Amino acid sequence: MDPVSTVFRAEYGRAVATLTRLLGDIDSAEEAVQEAFAVATDRWPNDGTPPNPGGWIVTTARNRALDRIRRESTRRHRYEQAYRITDHDPEPREVGPVDDDRLRLVFTCCHPALAPAAQVALTLRLLGGLSTDEIARAFMVPEPTMGQRISRAKAKITAAGIPYRIPRDADLPDRLPPVLAVVYLIFNEGYTATTGQALIRDDLCHEAIRLARLLVELMPDEPEARGLLALLLLTAARRPARLDDRGRLVRLADQDRGRWDRPLIIEGHAIVRDCLRRNSPGPYQWQAAIAAVHADAADATQTDWGQIRALYDQLLAATGSPVVAVNRAVAVLETDGPAAALQVLDELVMSPAVDQLDRYQHFHATRAEVLAQLDRPADARAAYDRALALTGNEAEARFLGERQAALP
Amino acid sequence: MKQYLLSVYMVEGAPVPAEDEIQRMYADVDTFNKKLQTSGHWVFAGGLHPADVATVVQPSAGGGITTTDGPFAEAKEHIGGFWVIKAADLDEALRLAGEGAVACGGPVEVRPFQDEPEGE
Repeated sequence: MDPVSTVFRAEYGRAVATLTRLLGDIDSAEEAVQEAFAVATDRWPNDGTPPNPGGWIVTTARNRALDRIRRESTRRHRYEQAYRITDHDPEPREVGPVDDDRLRLVFTCCHPALAPAAQVALTLRLLGGLSTDEIARAFMVPEPTMGQRISRAKAKITAAGIPYRIPRDADLPDRLPPVLAVVYLIFNEGYTATTGQALIRDDLCHEAIRLARLLVELMPDEPEARGLLALLLLTAARRPARLDDRGRLVRLADQDRGRWDRPLIIEGHAIVRDCLRRNSPGPYQWQAAIAAVHADAADATQTDWGQIRALYDQLLAATGSPVVAVNRAVAVLETDGPAAALQVLDELVMSPAVDQLDRYQHFHATRAEVLAQLDRPADARAAYDRALALTGNEAEARFLGERQAALP
Repeated sequence: MKQYLLSVYMVEGAPVPAEDEIQRMYADVDTFNKKLQTSGHWVFAGGLHPADVATVVQPSAGGGITTTDGPFAEAKEHIGGFWVIKAADLDEALRLAGEGAVACGGPVEVRPFQDEPEGE
C-alpha cells in the first residue's frame, strides 16, 4: 500500500476528531482533513513522507481550514473562527477521567437523537475513514441509501446542535449501548475488512480496543463495557494464527493455537471471570464467554461445543439478531450434526430477516459448508457462488473459492 | 445559544383526563414555565385551542385565497401547545423537553429554529 493510504487508515479518525474540536463542525473538519490528504498525495511521493505524518496532516488541515475561513466568512464570524483555531481550545476541556477527541466524536455520532443505523455509519465514516460504499456493504444496504443516511445525520448534528463532548456521568448509562455497538462494529470491520486486498485492518482493531479500554475507564462499573473489552481482546488474540504464510485465511478449527496471543487471552479471561462474579449478563459478556470457551480448548477437537451452544441460545433469546442465529447454526452443526444445522438455516430463510440474511455473506458460506457435509455438492456450489458474489475482500474470496473447488 | 420549538402533541379522541388531573397538569406546567423564566431559557410559550377550531388559508390556482375549516394535516395527532426556548445545545433542549413532557403528560417534539442570517 502507498504511504499516503497507510497514513490515511491510521490517522484519518484522529485527524477528523481533532479538527472537529478545533472547528466545532464535523463537515468542515472532514473537508479540511480530506484536503490535507489530497496535498499529501501530491507532495509525499516527491518530498518523502514527513517524520510525523499524523501531525503533518492535522497541521495542514488546520492551515487549510484557516485559509478557507479567511476567504469565505463574514468579518465577525471570521474572527471568531480564527480565534478558535489558532490560539486556544474552543472551550475548557472536561476534567473527567477520560479526555479523548475520538471518544468525544463517538459520543456525538452515537447521540440518541440519531437513528441507530446512522450512528454506526457515521462513526465508521468519521473515525474509520471508510467510504460510503464500504459502509453500505458492511450494513448490507444499497449505497445511495447509506449516502443519504450519512449526510442526513451530519446535517442533523449541525442543525439540531448535537454537542461534541463526552456526556455527564448521569447520562452515561443511557448513552452507552449505541457506543458499545459502534465500537464492536469498528472492530469487526477491522477484523474482516469489507473490501480491499487485506483481510484484516489492524488499525481499526487497535482503535476499537483502545476505545473499549477508554469506555471501561470512563464507566468502571458497567459490566457490558467490560464484556465488550474482553470480547475484543479474546478475538484479537487469534489474529496471529488467522492467516497462513501465504496470507490465506485459516479457519478457527484449523488455527495453530500456539500462535494465539497469550497475554491478550489472559487479560480477556480475567475480565470474563470478573464479569461472571458481577452476575449481570448481557450480549457482549455472553459473546466474550463464547470466545473464552474457544480459547480454553488446547485444539479444536477439545472445544466444549455444548457450552458454546448454550451461550448462543441465551444470546439469541436476548438479541433476536439474525447474525447471532447464523453463528448459533454453526454451534448446532458441531453438537447435532449437519441435518439439524440445515434445518436451523432453512427456518431462518422463512423468517422476516430473510432479506437481510440474503445479503449476509456468512449465511451463504455457512449454508454451503453444511450442504457439503450432507453430500449435496451441487447445492453447496450454488451457495458458495452466492457467498462469493457478496464478499468484497480478496482473502476471503480466495478462501471461499478454494472451499468450492474442493467439492466433489 | 440556539432556539428550539418544543411542541406538545394531542391525540384526537383520546380520553379527557379527570378534572383533578387536569388541574395538576396546569400547576405543573406553570411551575415548569416559571423555572424556564428564572433559568433564562424562556422565550415564549402558549397553549392552543383544539385542532377542530383551526382554519386553513392557502393560495388558490386563480390567484385568490381559499379558506377551509379544520386543521391542515389530516392526522390524528395535532399540536396542542408549544414552548420556544433558548438552550446551549440539543442535550440541554432535550433535558428541558423531558421536564415539559412530564409536566403536561404527553409527547414533546423538539425542533431547532434555523439560525438567523449572519450580519456584518
